[in-house]
Amino acid sequence: MRYVVAKDSRDAVALLGETAGARVLAGGTDLLVQMKLSETGPALLVDIKRIPGMGDIIEEEGGFRIGAAVSGAEMGAHAALKAQWPGVVEAVELIGSAQVQGRATMVGNLCNASPAADSVPAMLAAAALARIEGPEGVRDVPVVELLAGPGKLHLADAELITSIFLPARVPQSADAYLRFIPRTEMDIAVVGAAVSLELDENGVIKAARVALGAVAPTARLVPEAENALVGTKLDASALAACAAASSAACAPIDDKRGTVEYRTKVAGVMATRAAKIAYIRAGGTL
Amino acid sequence: MKQDFKILGTRPIRPDGLEKVTGKAMFGADKSATGMLHARILRSPHAHAEIVSIDTSKAEALAGVKAVITGADFDEVENRWTRYTMQNCMAQGRALYDGHAVAAVAATSKKIAAEALKLIEVEYKTLPHVTDVDEAMRPGAPLVHEGVKGRKLGDDVSGNTVGYYSFGHGDIEAGFTKADKVIERNFKTAATHQGYIEPQACLADLGADGRGELWCSTQGHYMVREVCSEILGIDASQLRVTASEIGGGFGGKTTVFIEPVALKLSQKSGKPVKLVMSREEVFRATGPTMSASMDVKIGMDKNGKITAGHAKLRYQGGAFPYNMVMMGAMSAFACYDLENVQSEGWDVMTNRPKMISYRAPGAPMATYGVESVIDELCQKLGLDPIEVRLKNAAREGSKSSYGPTYKAIGLVEALEAAKAHPHYAAPLPANTGRGVACGFWFNFGGQVSVSMAINTDGTVNLIEGNPDIGGSRASISMMAAEALGIPFERVRTIVGDTASVGFSDVTDGSRVTFAVGIATINAAKAAIKELCKRAAMIWEIDAEAVEWVDGAAQPTGHNAGNFPPMSLAEIAATSGKTGGPIAGHHEGAPDKAGVSFGVHLVDVEVDPETGFTSIKRYTAFQDVGKAIHPAYVEGQIQGGAVQGIGWALSEEYIYGEDGRLQNPGFLDYRIPVASDLPMIDAVIIEVPNPGHPYGVRGCGETAIVPPLAAISNGVAQAIGKRLFELPMSPPKILKAL
Ligand SMILES: Cc1cc2nc3c(=O)[nH]c(=O)nc-3n(C[C@H](O)[C@H](O)[C@H](O)COP(=O)(O)OP(=O)(O)OC[C@H]3O[C@@H](n4cnc5c(N)ncnc54)[C@H](O)[C@@H]3O)c2cc1C
Repeated sequence: MRYVVAKDSRDAVALLGETAGARVLAGGTDLLVQMKLSETGPALLVDIKRIPGMGDIIEEEGGFRIGAAVSGAEMGAHAALKAQWPGVVEAVELIGSAQVQGRATMVGNLCNASPAADSVPAMLAAAALARIEGPEGVRDVPVVELLAGPGKLHLADAELITSIFLPARVPQSADAYLRFIPRTEMDIAVVGAAVSLELDENGVIKAARVALGAVAPTARLVPEAENALVGTKLDASALAACAAASSAACAPIDDKRGTVEYRTKVAGVMATRAAKIAYIRAGGTL
Repeated sequence: MKQDFKILGTRPIRPDGLEKVTGKAMFGADKSATGMLHARILRSPHAHAEIVSIDTSKAEALAGVKAVITGADFDEVENRWTRYTMQNCMAQGRALYDGHAVAAVAATSKKIAAEALKLIEVEYKTLPHVTDVDEAMRPGAPLVHEGVKGRKLGDDVSGNTVGYYSFGHGDIEAGFTKADKVIERNFKTAATHQGYIEPQACLADLGADGRGELWCSTQGHYMVREVCSEILGIDASQLRVTASEIGGGFGGKTTVFIEPVALKLSQKSGKPVKLVMSREEVFRATGPTMSASMDVKIGMDKNGKITAGHAKLRYQGGAFPYNMVMMGAMSAFACYDLENVQSEGWDVMTNRPKMISYRAPGAPMATYGVESVIDELCQKLGLDPIEVRLKNAAREGSKSSYGPTYKAIGLVEALEAAKAHPHYAAPLPANTGRGVACGFWFNFGGQVSVSMAINTDGTVNLIEGNPDIGGSRASISMMAAEALGIPFERVRTIVGDTASVGFSDVTDGSRVTFAVGIATINAAKAAIKELCKRAAMIWEIDAEAVEWVDGAAQPTGHNAGNFPPMSLAEIAATSGKTGGPIAGHHEGAPDKAGVSFGVHLVDVEVDPETGFTSIKRYTAFQDVGKAIHPAYVEGQIQGGAVQGIGWALSEEYIYGEDGRLQNPGFLDYRIPVASDLPMIDAVIIEVPNPGHPYGVRGCGETAIVPPLAAISNGVAQAIGKRLFELPMSPPKILKAL
């Protein structure tokens, strides 16, 4: 097995292109665990952490561009980012423990492509864009369009994600992420729910994005739940409709972590609870 | 029997603390040897399969591989129980559960050993399997072993049923007719693992001359020596076993899983062999505890008096015969003074890893059933759960449900303490319930050896033969210091290897502070006798005219006051001239361990929308006889409660239809993490055990007995519905709602 520190993103793309089975190494909190379990590593590890700019969070067009090597802890320590996208940051901060936070990246979380990844529903609700670099050049793609299935992304050979863009926000908007795990820490989401809301000056919801994780092969947006919220002040009937739509959007598996019945019910619970948090963060009163 | 102590009851800094926090302590996997090989074990992927053939030739041909073994490398072992242990370490003929070892490799690196495993070709013929206790017991179930059915068992149970026990007295049917309310329930509990942080690990070196050295993480290195020397056919004297520091055992390290394999590989290769289990192997192939299916029926009159109790316990203990349901049957009703009581137990085999002890083995599940039904009766009859337990509590002179009559015991004291505690009166917020439960454990005595040397500088070295799994080096040093009348810091206790001190039983049954304590006190007495003799010699008076007071010899009788007291250090300083080294030792098998009782009080909050249970407040009351080092005792009580919380809420072995374990790791085998828990408040009760000079009972196990029921009772109150199955995971609770 070879390990190479990429000098820049083009170098990384070239390295990925020349060796079959090459893998990008970001924080390594998924990759190293997988390598340990399989006992045979990939032929080449391309470390992107030292690529200039890859570790930066920069303001751009009123939003934020987050480099692919930025750790969860760094996002959590960025006050302006946290103020603008509290839900995305709280989702990333839920990943692992303090030790894991020091290394784990949001992009790694996305690229590992677990249906239960915590930051992915939050990125969907935030309408995040991924910047992808590959042999053909650079493209920006909505994160939701990248999701292909458990362990799979729509990325071509030798492509890597260099950053995530979280767009600008209007006043009176906020997001929130909640997950259900059977413990209080160190666990995998049985259900994850992210909600992003924009309110008008009267506290009426103008726009909503609702995304669920761990209840289908990939995280998904739930337009019916969004429709249930728009035009309301999050009254009981809006919440009930949001819960019902969220549950209806579930196509989970039955496994040791949760039954179909359970995930379906709790998806509605998590979505409405996240909606309430986002609503209050956006300045609404319940 | 209240005694005044100088050292007992204080909280000196633990002698093993610095080494452990600085990483200097040597655990099972920390030892290496020159020329050492690394071993790996190949495990069956099938729940039950005939091993048609094993071809190891390709593995043997791989460069770096020095030895490959299979079940065929082990000779026939005569003793049936040792044979089961050996066949659990390495399958012979059939693989009996998912994870059962079928071959092992020793190679010059871990990587080569792992590669060699892939080159071993095993041809399996899969056989029908069974993993559920009720299914396994049903006539016609696939048999795990033939010809081991328990004697006196009829056709109504399958040949997987290897034992039956019944305890009790009185006439239960008559008792039920006297009750105002009778409740009968069926309960199920999942198998749980001890969850020690340190996986099994050892370094074995067995030379061609038959001499062996074995370093391993174990709760009993004499047990390891006996079992391994029998399996390998060598003399016990030739195998020296040293117990490493141990990263937890909780009963799970009271047998061997890898040591005979490592020794055999070493014998075959002529090199030292290191064998370290992975976490996955620990889950798949070391002993969890039993899972259970139980029927409990209890009758109570309207005043809260229990008129009769009947428990039927069916435990599943994995792929070999065992006899641990007996403990469950004995302990089920042990908290109560009952006129009519019967508890029955059936030991059942399944295609799962062989069970091994887990903290108060057998008692938590049985107690869960009994304490749940008592709680439900209290609810239905509108009675206070602590008052009802006080009304029925066993006391000194009560005939226990399993036979003996109790001497001084502390259940009433623990219940009174719980009743008076502010926790019991604290207000309960919405969605919260408060559970109460009692628990009992026997505590054991057993064989023990202690050797104590008095050094010429007035310090003391003590060698004992029991691995320290819960602070025993501290408590033994404290008892030695108390007995000798010297400061704690002057005593250093070590756990000797099997060649340095006499036989000692395994560290289990909460026996060490009790039994090693007695041996220590007796060894100190022997040393004191010699110290007095030396003083008498120096003073030129009769040895009988000298007594030992506050760490010094002093003349008595008509010699009193003739000489100033002579300290241990002064006598020891000249020992070379007064007859040579001074020492004391004791070997024995003390058997008056005192039973102990605990009462747990817990507040749980249940999220009605997700079924998630959180533990809000927890107070555990326990009679320990005498707390030698209270901080360690509190730690034991807290640890037991926490393991019980995991058992109640989240821990379980999950098997699929294919009979394979689905969660062999800490992610999906959910032990509570620190943030899941409140501070566990431990309240120590001291009703001295008349069978120990200082009143010690043993305290390590009782605390895991009440929590399962206490939490279930709390959940029942919080949600107004009762669950009859553990763990009470969120999906199960939500379903009940
Ligand atoms: C103890 C522990 C707890 C955890 N808890 C959680 C949790 O609570 N929630 C959760 O969602 N996850 C959790 N995880 C999983 C993991 O930490 C996260 O998925 C993390 O975000 C992965 O990021 P990373 O930078 O470490 O990725 P890496 O391990 O470096 O990479 C992950 C995968 O993505 C690929 N990759 C990485 N970066 C790129 C890129 N820029 N372009 C293309 N491909 C790339 C890698 O090749 C690899 O396949 C946990 C892991 C551990 C070990």
